[in-house]
Amino acid sequence: MEEVPHAIEEIKEKMKTVKHKILVLSGKGGVGKSTFSAHLAHGLAEDENTQIALLDIDICGPSIPKIMGLEGEQVHQSGSGWSPVYVEDNLGVMSVGFLLSSPDDAVIWRGPKKNGMIKQFLRDVDWGEVDYLIVDTPPGTSDEHLSVVRYLATAHIDGAVIITTPQEVSLQDVRKEINFCRKVKLPIIGVVENMSGFICPKCKKESQIFPPTTGGAELMCQDLEVPLLGRVPLDPLIGKNCDKGQSFFIDAPDSPATLAYRSIIQRIQEFCNLHQSKEENLISS
Amino acid sequence: MEAAAEPGNLAGVRHIILVLSGKGGVGRSTISTELALALRHAGKKVGILDVDLCGPSIPRMLGAQGRAVHQCDRGWAPVFLDREQSISLMSVGFLLEKPDEAVVWRGPKKNALIKQFVSDVAWGELDYLVVDTPPGTSDEHMATIEALRPYQPLGALVVTTPQAVSVGDVRRELTFCRKMGLRVMGIVENMSGFTCPHCTECTSVFSRGGGEELAQLAGVPFLGSVPLDPALMRTLEEGHDFIQEFPGSPAFAALTSIAQKILDATPACLP
Repeated sequence: MEEVPHAIEEIKEKMKTVKHKILVLSGKGGVGKSTFSAHLAHGLAEDENTQIALLDIDICGPSIPKIMGLEGEQVHQSGSGWSPVYVEDNLGVMSVGFLLSSPDDAVIWRGPKKNGMIKQFLRDVDWGEVDYLIVDTPPGTSDEHLSVVRYLATAHIDGAVIITTPQEVSLQDVRKEINFCRKVKLPIIGVVENMSGFICPKCKKESQIFPPTTGGAELMCQDLEVPLLGRVPLDPLIGKNCDKGQSFFIDAPDSPATLAYRSIIQRIQEFCNLHQSKEENLISS
Repeated sequence: MEAAAEPGNLAGVRHIILVLSGKGGVGRSTISTELALALRHAGKKVGILDVDLCGPSIPRMLGAQGRAVHQCDRGWAPVFLDREQSISLMSVGFLLEKPDEAVVWRGPKKNALIKQFVSDVAWGELDYLVVDTPPGTSDEHMATIEALRPYQPLGALVVTTPQAVSVGDVRRELTFCRKMGLRVMGIVENMSGFTCPHCTECTSVFSRGGGEELAQLAGVPFLGSVPLDPALMRTLEEGHDFIQEFPGSPAFAALTSIAQKILDATPACLP
């Protein structure tokens, strides 16, 4: 337990080269957190001058390696720490998935061991100079979430993007997640409503596969006074590309889902830049 | 370490089935709920134990949100969902004072609650207890399996969607089951395609084939594919009985077939 404050200091030092930190949360599993995190990373990395880091702290179900086309990659150690695995020159990834030798290996760890891994990821990975660090989290409100917030407490997190689907069963968990963020004083950048409607590829008519029986994210956001960053419709090409480990934006640049993503990414960048200018004003005043 | 099961609240439960995944959001709670309803319609007495402490979905799915939980002399009385008392439910959802309050607990506290849930609910006589679990392979899962082990569960139903990211997590879950000595009764592939209600074109919204391939690879039975069905989604949101209300719906045939396979795989009990 004595080790923790020391680790927090070390992590704060390490994070000095990281400009913006964004957590992608949900509360509800399977709403598209990892898909979103990966595409947020791809979208931001399209600007070659921006350095992006994607950290997957889902210890039990690390999906990021697959979605980023990095399955089977291993992590290398150097004098300055662990090297992330690079998808592009400006997009580095770290996940427990890279530490497993087989796709069948299960990570059956209790809380303290998971926390230890998260601490290592934050302290020992040599990210270098990074503009955006995106942290993909597992579903729920447990050890991993408490740990990442605690370890990054003094390093300043820009905020959290919370993913939901339109159904009440998701919103139910997402309300809890929003309350968690408020409890731990984590700023909320906004909510993304994923799987929001489906356009049939044949007849082009829309169906609501996951009906928003209680008003969807829009009503929840109004009630809880958090921004709705956007709605991403279901597109079968998203799943296909994630399975292949490719960026969906390349395969379907004109899809309504791509357009929705781009708008959301822009809003996130605006939030982070606004934050940065506020900070700089504070320092200079 | 107990050598044999104490006669206790699980003594009257004939068969215990765990519903697992590894991957979140694949429909564990949905499958748990529908399996329980289908078994009940087949004339069985069923209980559902929802040990997802962070995201207890089942009370809402069965229209039982906000119901109060009472203590009796043998422990907690489960919430009965019907007059005949043929289907009952216990969930941490019933214990939350404010439904929007997050249960932000670390492992040891969760383990303690799960142990209590498993041993202190006065289920009475049940043919089946369906245990819904949260996603992952961590504290809660180990605690649940350890607490249930003395009662020799029938096995685990493992749920996936067709996509590779799900299958990837479910492979790990199968390893987990093997390591914990839990028999895998079979794999259910959920969200297996969507038939457009306007033109009847079937689209593989979440890719295709993963569940069946995995079952073959892992040498476990493939119990069936459940399609995406907005009628099912709606009934779950509204807390109604899908099996009763939508017998013509796409998901109905798959769900009742899966329930039948469970019934067929259940060993006959000594009277």
